[in-house]
Amino acid sequence: MAEAEESRAGGVFAGLSDVSISEDIPVEGEITVPVGSHSPDEDYSTLDEPVKDTIMRDLKAVGKKFVHVMYPKKSSALLRDWDLWGPLVLCVSLALMLQGGSADSKEDGGPQFAEVFVIIWFGAVVITLNSKLLGGTISFFQSLCVLGYCVLPLTVAMLVCRLVLLASSGTVSFIVRLVVVMAMFGWSTLASTAFLADSQPPNRKALVVYPIFLFYFIISWMILTFTPQ
Amino acid sequence: MATVDDLKFQEFDDAANLLAGNPDATTISIDEPSENPKNQYGLLQDSRREEDDELLGTDDSDKTELLAGQKKSAPFWTFEYYQTFFDVDTYQVLDRIKGSVFPIPGKNFVRLYIRSNPDLYGPFWICATLVFAIAISGNLSNFFIHLGKPAYRYVPEFRKVSIAATAIYAYAWLVPLALWGFLMWRNSKVMNIVSYSFLEIVCVYGYSLFIYIPTAILWIIPQKAVRWILVMVSLCLSGSVLVMTFWPAVRDDNRRIALATMVTVVLLHALLAIGCLAYFFDAPDLHVLIPTAAAPNGTIVATKTQ
Repeated sequence: MAEAEESRAGGVFAGLSDVSISEDIPVEGEITVPVGSHSPDEDYSTLDEPVKDTIMRDLKAVGKKFVHVMYPKKSSALLRDWDLWGPLVLCVSLALMLQGGSADSKEDGGPQFAEVFVIIWFGAVVITLNSKLLGGTISFFQSLCVLGYCVLPLTVAMLVCRLVLLASSGTVSFIVRLVVVMAMFGWSTLASTAFLADSQPPNRKALVVYPIFLFYFIISWMILTFTPQ
Repeated sequence: MATVDDLKFQEFDDAANLLAGNPDATTISIDEPSENPKNQYGLLQDSRREEDDELLGTDDSDKTELLAGQKKSAPFWTFEYYQTFFDVDTYQVLDRIKGSVFPIPGKNFVRLYIRSNPDLYGPFWICATLVFAIAISGNLSNFFIHLGKPAYRYVPEFRKVSIAATAIYAYAWLVPLALWGFLMWRNSKVMNIVSYSFLEIVCVYGYSLFIYIPTAILWIIPQKAVRWILVMVSLCLSGSVLVMTFWPAVRDDNRRIALATMVTVVLLHALLAIGCLAYFFDAPDLHVLIPTAAAPNGTIVATKTQ
């Protein structure tokens, strides 16, 4: 009686009322929602890769940026994936190479390691703050990254100067050093200006470029006046 | 209950007609606010104000000050507050530098160039450039003076950079602070028409140091007469800019205090120049003593007089 009433009331579903799944047939299969991207899997997999791969990936990124500095084209790769490994390596090597130029008295020698370090990092921070205060659109660490990487030509100049000074220290070597340092100073300034000047409003470009010029000039002066013991 | 006619929109008549219809009604009139203060000053002050306007370079200085007051409204812990101090374009900075080097008689540097938009870009970077210009020029000048001597070894003298930086930044910030405090104190005693904010004074001092940059570079020339002529010329130029800026601020005061203030300003400016010349640049006539002495004595003489 109850079944007849039910079948009359639910006319649409009448045919289904006698369909049933018996309980001894196991229900199998997967109920999964397909995920669009595979990125969570890829991120987790860097934990399993060998250490060599991790280091090589970072080294390759740093090396790619060195190439960008030596041939400054207007690419945004340097700005987008900033890192501070390259500037740290450059700064430490430059500061180490500027050692060993001590004089007879401790007071009037060349810059100490800490002084070079502070000048480079503090100078880069001040220039970045200056460009941001003038209304620049570049971020803090991107600007630090660019300024640090563009010290590369000057580090090369320092290396060349030390090699030249090993050979001789007369007037000829001074002229060679002067030419090399001036060329590398120009290269550094042009490279960093190529990356940084676009992010400034056009009527303030010179106000931003001048501190960069002063910064690299001071580093060039420290390189040029290096006299070994 | 209001009728439909009462709720309809009505045009109001002219005030005069309404008042004629209802003479006892209260009326409110609103005047222009700027007219009243001018009427309060007597005739005696009018000529002084005209002179001030000429010196101020513009007749609507009241308006610009009002606008400037509305500009810096961000709280001091946000970045935007400090951005208002760097709101200058390249041509403005170049104009201000030009105005500090070539003083125009009768024109006030602050009103003509700064116009209530003091910036910190100029003072900071001019001081930084001056620090390194003095250190590098001093080093180069000593190198050239002692060039031919056998006992001399070149040293970069990097320590002097920090000493120069301390001296110049202290001058560029502490002297304006003292001057501003002094002017505020005198303002409370004597009513001065012209008064400057602290940042405007820092701006004037910073830009007035610009003339010392080419002077420091020219100090490499190892002639005493040339160096002293350069000191005099640069002191006259930038000292006159400072004097013309601050004279209207102390003119209303006691005669002797005004003169003493001006003399102190110029004296401190001169002291900075002469101090830098004496400390960073060796005297060029040292080489006269050396060739007459033997080599060991020569080294002793060289280190002693440095």
